[in-house]
Amino acid sequence: MNPSEAKLEARRRANTELGLLVLALILCLAAYALVGLAREPQLPAGMAGYGGVLAAIAVGTHLFMRRVTPGADPLLFPLAFVLNGLGLVMIRRIDYALAASEASELAPSQTIWTIIGVALMIATLLLSRDYEILDRYRYSIGVAAIALLLMPLLPFIGATINGADLWIRFAGFSIQPGEFAKIGLAIFFASYLAENRQLLTVATNRVGPLMVPPARAFGPVLAVWGLSLAVLVFERDLGLSLLLFGLFISMLYVATARPAYVIGGLGLFAIGGYIAFLLFGHVQDRIGIWLDLWNSDAFGAGQLQQSLFALGTGGVAGVGLGQGHPDFIPIVSTDFIFSAFGEEAGLLGTTALLLCYLLFIGRGYRIALRCRQEFGQLLALGLVTLYALQVFIIVGGVTRLIPLTGLTLPFVSYGGSSLLANYILVALLIRVSTGEVGTRPAPRRRARAESSA
Amino acid sequence: MTASIRRVALTMLLLFGALFVNLNYLQVVRADDLASDSANARRLVAEYQSERGRILEGRGADTRPIAESVETRGELKFLRTYDSGPLFAHVTGYSSPIFGRSEIEQAFNEALTGNAPEAFARNLTDLLAGRERAGDAVHTTVRGEVQQAARDALGDREGAVVAVAPPTGEILALWSSPPYDPNELASHDPDEVRAAWQRLNDNSAKPLLNRALRESYPPGSTFKLITAAAALENGVSPEQTFPDPPQLELPQTSATIGNFGGSLCNGGQPISLTQALTVSCNTTFAQLGLELGSEELAEQAARFGFNTEWSFQVPGVATSRVPSDLDPPATAQSAIGQRDVRATPLQMAMVSAAIANDGVMMAPRLVDRIEDTSGRVIREFAPEELRLPGQSTAQAVSRSTANALQAMMTNVVSAGSGTSAAIPGVQVAGKTGTAQTGEGRPPTVWFVGFAPADNPAVAVAVVVPDGGGAGSEATGGAIAGPMAREVIQAALGTTQ
Repeated sequence: MNPSEAKLEARRRANTELGLLVLALILCLAAYALVGLAREPQLPAGMAGYGGVLAAIAVGTHLFMRRVTPGADPLLFPLAFVLNGLGLVMIRRIDYALAASEASELAPSQTIWTIIGVALMIATLLLSRDYEILDRYRYSIGVAAIALLLMPLLPFIGATINGADLWIRFAGFSIQPGEFAKIGLAIFFASYLAENRQLLTVATNRVGPLMVPPARAFGPVLAVWGLSLAVLVFERDLGLSLLLFGLFISMLYVATARPAYVIGGLGLFAIGGYIAFLLFGHVQDRIGIWLDLWNSDAFGAGQLQQSLFALGTGGVAGVGLGQGHPDFIPIVSTDFIFSAFGEEAGLLGTTALLLCYLLFIGRGYRIALRCRQEFGQLLALGLVTLYALQVFIIVGGVTRLIPLTGLTLPFVSYGGSSLLANYILVALLIRVSTGEVGTRPAPRRRARAESSA
Repeated sequence: MTASIRRVALTMLLLFGALFVNLNYLQVVRADDLASDSANARRLVAEYQSERGRILEGRGADTRPIAESVETRGELKFLRTYDSGPLFAHVTGYSSPIFGRSEIEQAFNEALTGNAPEAFARNLTDLLAGRERAGDAVHTTVRGEVQQAARDALGDREGAVVAVAPPTGEILALWSSPPYDPNELASHDPDEVRAAWQRLNDNSAKPLLNRALRESYPPGSTFKLITAAAALENGVSPEQTFPDPPQLELPQTSATIGNFGGSLCNGGQPISLTQALTVSCNTTFAQLGLELGSEELAEQAARFGFNTEWSFQVPGVATSRVPSDLDPPATAQSAIGQRDVRATPLQMAMVSAAIANDGVMMAPRLVDRIEDTSGRVIREFAPEELRLPGQSTAQAVSRSTANALQAMMTNVVSAGSGTSAAIPGVQVAGKTGTAQTGEGRPPTVWFVGFAPADNPAVAVAVVVPDGGGAGSEATGGAIAGPMAREVIQAALGTTQ
């Protein structure tokens, strides 16, 4: 692709992005107006503020990206934007519902987090102009990620919220360092696996139909397994633990193409899960509720029942934005926001929402496939898999497809840490995607990249 | 790495496929079950979001609500209230957020929520115009004064009273004692409702049981009306005389049937049918029963509604029973309303009303019409003859039989066992009943009748099981007669 063609392609992509952002903005404003009309009944007071902030974000970010990331994937930011916008609508809607019993003011703070998140995305894009810088600092990032992961266990700053020790309190804010640790670990794994994939791929032993790498190659698997178990045991966070382990196994599989790692990993997961089941009452409760929801009186059965009632009441078309009962669902602004959306927007709404995620995920894998560098490939793969697994685990949990483990629904759930981390994730994916149209010089091919094939 | 990236992507796609399938299962296949699940509070909130229609008693300009909905500030917007407390409990039934509904509240739920089929076109226009409307009002046939008289007459005693207007089938009073207060079950405080429900169900006096419709009692001598009807229909005349033995020896057994107090009915002289009914002579009717046979008795009873499953506006009426295919001793006992014969208070009121109405059974009606909030009649229930399943006509007995029975029943009150029901200036017709329920146990006492005898405006059935506290010496005449008189007086006072 010669430079002028590349420029043309970059402009075409930027225009696509602009069109999608306008559509997303219209959708979000219409949804916001509907909620207001259903509740007040008049256009909600915050309409201008909400619309102004979203429009400013859309326009500002778009102009910035035209200059700084020409040729970047044109779908990622609009998809994140529309999910974030709809999330804000739902959170405002939940404020209305909870206003009767408690002064709920989640929407203004989530709006501020949105602004900070987009700023963080822009900062990440600026700082990682050459994202291989991340490769160079892999050990620092890895250590920092593990430190973040274990921070909630420290005295004084650690805090327990909703039965899980995943929070730290800092300068008046509650932060979930685990949200950032996930990204750091994805970066670290990508870098580590890009460097060591040869070693991990060599298969010396045969077990049945499988070619199995030497036992010491499983060392890193065991290490991450241990880390996941530590998160589970010490922080009682089933969701994060599952997510980290799933992330590592899929990245390891892509790096080595050895199914043995997947099978070994699943085996270890089964063992870890069984141990956790035996040791922890809350894990037993979750499984028990999942298996026999309607007869369970375990703590937490009620919230899942309410979630299913909401989804069932929504039916195909939903009861209408602003006309449901999110106040009947516990922890509705975070873990169960999907159910509240499903009640008001129905199957049509939940399907559309999941399609947004699926499109995002599809773009992510496409970026991984088209990237010409192993680190970039693995990084994109890791980030998008992290994202996909998180959506699957929480949506599967609140719809009783799998046992419920608390996670946020990316971009939609209330919560600053999650929003910020996801904007960093989008920034990194966008960064990897900018290599696609050749606007950057051809990537340096490193020695280790050449030796692999 | 391309192939393995594709495989990971495909795995994620499959996981999302599972999410889609599961969402379709929840939001399409299971949607209705989940939406209407009793534990799903949304159902209740929606149900209580609009004002439930009123239920009213009375006539013309003199109507009064007996169930209404008042606005609250709670999550459930309207509270159902029953201003008269227990007085109309078994007429309106209850409407409870936890335990559902009963009686009119249940049977006319569609109208009360404004969703009667007749109101479809109106509701469509309302929907398009964005109008909100309270549910439609159900006007009952019940009259508060008669209902109150029934309650006062029975007092604290267990029993039931049914009063109907013979020409129209309108139910003027429907009282079952002990009653309950439907307000307790309609409360929005779940603990209060559950406690009340528990208490009412644990109460051995069964206050929730609507005895007027759903409990059947041995009718005793009131059943002689049916035996007499069968005899008259079979050619016996009121003046025809029968022997007056001290007791009737039953064939195939050593058992005998005697009269009340073991006495003769007419000093041992031949006794006419009219006189036998007037003094409620057991031996005569047992003898008649033997001559007619159990089939003939059951057939005549069926024409009045016995042995037949039928329903009216409020579903779930217990079936009154007269066994057929009996041996002679059982037939003789059935003919005087003993043994396995059972009748509901409503059934006996209908027998009385049919006789008063020259033999024509009118369909009982508890609801007269449904009106919307502006007073427009949505549906009216006109008087109609009761066509029982298996009967070709509503004529339970011929006009001449009915007229003969009317005269005989007038005699009962003017000169027989039912003088306690007599009202100065009004000819009351009636029949007492005193059914033995076992050795040493107080009898179940009855009074059925109507007035005025020449132009009946009200027919009543009063039943007091366990003798109403008067012990084993209780009789229908002593206990139930005066109660019937009070109810009849109340009814006539309003109809004159």
